[in-house]
Amino acid sequence: MAGELVSPTPALRGSARRAAALKLLRRRLIQAVPLMLGVVVINFCLIQMAPGSFLELMTAENQVSDPATVALLRKTYGLDDPVWMQLLKYIWALLHFDFGFSYRQNMPVIQAIWIHLPATILLMVSSIALAVTIGVAAGVVASMKVRTFWDSLVSVAAMFFYAAPSFWLGIMLIVLFSVKLGWLPVGGMMKIGGNGGVLEILHHLILPTLALGLFYAAIYARVMRSSMLEVAQLDFVRTARAKGLSRNQVTIHHVLRNALLPVVTILGVQMGTVLAGSVVIESVFSWPGVGSLLFDSVSSRNYPVVLGIMVLGSLVVIAANIAVDLIYMWLDPRIEIR
Amino acid sequence: MKPLPLEVRDLRTTLFTRRGEMKAVDGLSLTVGPGETVAIVGESGCGKSLSALSIMRLLPDPPARIVGGQVKLNGRDIVPLPEETMLGIRGKEIGMIFQDPISSLNPVATVEKQIVEVLMTHTELGRGQARVRAHELLELVGMPDAARRLDAYPHQLSGGMCQRVVIAMAIACSPSVLIADEPTTALDVTVQAQVLALLKKLQADAGMAMIFITHDLGVVAETADRVVVMYAGRKVEEASVDDLFDNPLHPYTVGLIGATPTPGAERAERLADIPGMVPPLNALPQGCAFAPRCKRVMDRCLAERPALTAPGPGRLVACFAAEGS
Repeated sequence: MAGELVSPTPALRGSARRAAALKLLRRRLIQAVPLMLGVVVINFCLIQMAPGSFLELMTAENQVSDPATVALLRKTYGLDDPVWMQLLKYIWALLHFDFGFSYRQNMPVIQAIWIHLPATILLMVSSIALAVTIGVAAGVVASMKVRTFWDSLVSVAAMFFYAAPSFWLGIMLIVLFSVKLGWLPVGGMMKIGGNGGVLEILHHLILPTLALGLFYAAIYARVMRSSMLEVAQLDFVRTARAKGLSRNQVTIHHVLRNALLPVVTILGVQMGTVLAGSVVIESVFSWPGVGSLLFDSVSSRNYPVVLGIMVLGSLVVIAANIAVDLIYMWLDPRIEIR
Repeated sequence: MKPLPLEVRDLRTTLFTRRGEMKAVDGLSLTVGPGETVAIVGESGCGKSLSALSIMRLLPDPPARIVGGQVKLNGRDIVPLPEETMLGIRGKEIGMIFQDPISSLNPVATVEKQIVEVLMTHTELGRGQARVRAHELLELVGMPDAARRLDAYPHQLSGGMCQRVVIAMAIACSPSVLIADEPTTALDVTVQAQVLALLKKLQADAGMAMIFITHDLGVVAETADRVVVMYAGRKVEEASVDDLFDNPLHPYTVGLIGATPTPGAERAERLADIPGMVPPLNALPQGCAFAPRCKRVMDRCLAERPALTAPGPGRLVACFAAEGS
């Protein structure tokens, strides 16, 4: 048979797709460099605009009033330099992974964040996992039972959890499950004097995960429902049915994977807000994460720590977005490197 | 006597919409013998595609539903069958090819996966055997470089290659009936000819009955044995392909043939179009649905709907003017 009037595109085999993924990864990492620089400069300037400095609070708390001492401290922390010089020094230090020193914890900023980071990562990962699982499942159910009781139930629940502020939801969960029912701990990450076993931490993780994750589950449920209904209208679904596949087979093998794409997209965009949301939730549940540290540092004008968290937070968001890009590529073979 | 592969009798499909009930397919009857090709022609919205989807029992419900008639597949009426039984029939006894080949394939699944799926649904083949068979099928439909295309995704293939994949899926289980709904409309002219030749060859080899839906009379002349002309949900004329082109009886058929460009015709000669539009199905005139656009309209046409009559052997027409002449 004569060939078509189109130059044959070689099929991307497994190894070729892996190579393409690596290429994407390299490209995204290179793009991350100017992005990070921008993040550092903007955040540094924002902090400069904030009233007062950590030095004032520090001297006040320690009742230092001797001008000579204050001047010495200013010189030690480099506060006498012009702002642009401070910025350059900060960037230079960052290149050596030096985020400054936190007088409050009396340790380098990076160390203070490092101690709090695992708790936050744990909370974020579990919340996102919960949101995606519940959201996708609820969206699929709603789309398959469209305009029935189940569809309405999902819609109402999604509306509720979308509208409920997370701190309020957190407090209500505490009232119900900790105070009234006594099933789950009020806050913290482990019992006082506990050994930090896996089960103990998971037990403490349940409520903060629900409080943070259900908001996103609500969004994903809505997006997934409409995405499923949209994909179900497409031609290839009719082809699949003409092959003799049952409705469930068509939904699982043909509709679901295509419908997931928008969810993955918003997942990437929302990584930053999940991090921001965890600040609130960590405060409500006394979860010993970066959010608690940030909250504490803002109230104590511990600006080096605030800045450090913002920079590292941006790094986490950038990394998460790269991961989302890779997932997207794996889900949709049409995505080529751009 | 062996029953015919496909026998449709008085099929009626209605769209139940907010603006009222619309008779999208109104009393369609047709038979297709083994190895025979019956073309259904007509303008957009005349009920061609809904007829095909009715035969497949793949109507979007709501709003569309079969309200009467029979669809006998190898002697068995499939209209009253439950959906579970239909699952074993679609893709196995009756295959379908669609208009837009690229969007007819799942964009995130490989060609192999999509062909293997239909084989594993209807046959006893294991995954490995199904893969081998998928490769054979791709070679059968003339896919260039078939072994490599198995791993390809639809977006990496041209429209013609995608249509070959769709055809491979449709004939994978050797169905006795193949429905092709405008299978060449979305393709380049050169590729159209290749796909038509392929369909003809496959049909001849397997002795499949084929329904060929199109609005392109050139394609009809090339592929069909018999032609059914539909207008506003009804069959208005049926004839063998030669009779139809030599001596069209219904004014609508005459109009359709007149509106088809013929090579070699005088350039100055304008194509004759059919004035007006297909009436909306919920506002059909009381008499003949074509009467408002018909050049030979008579008083009787406006008051009374013409029934199908047989002016000759193997011919049917629903027109008072054609009867009279």
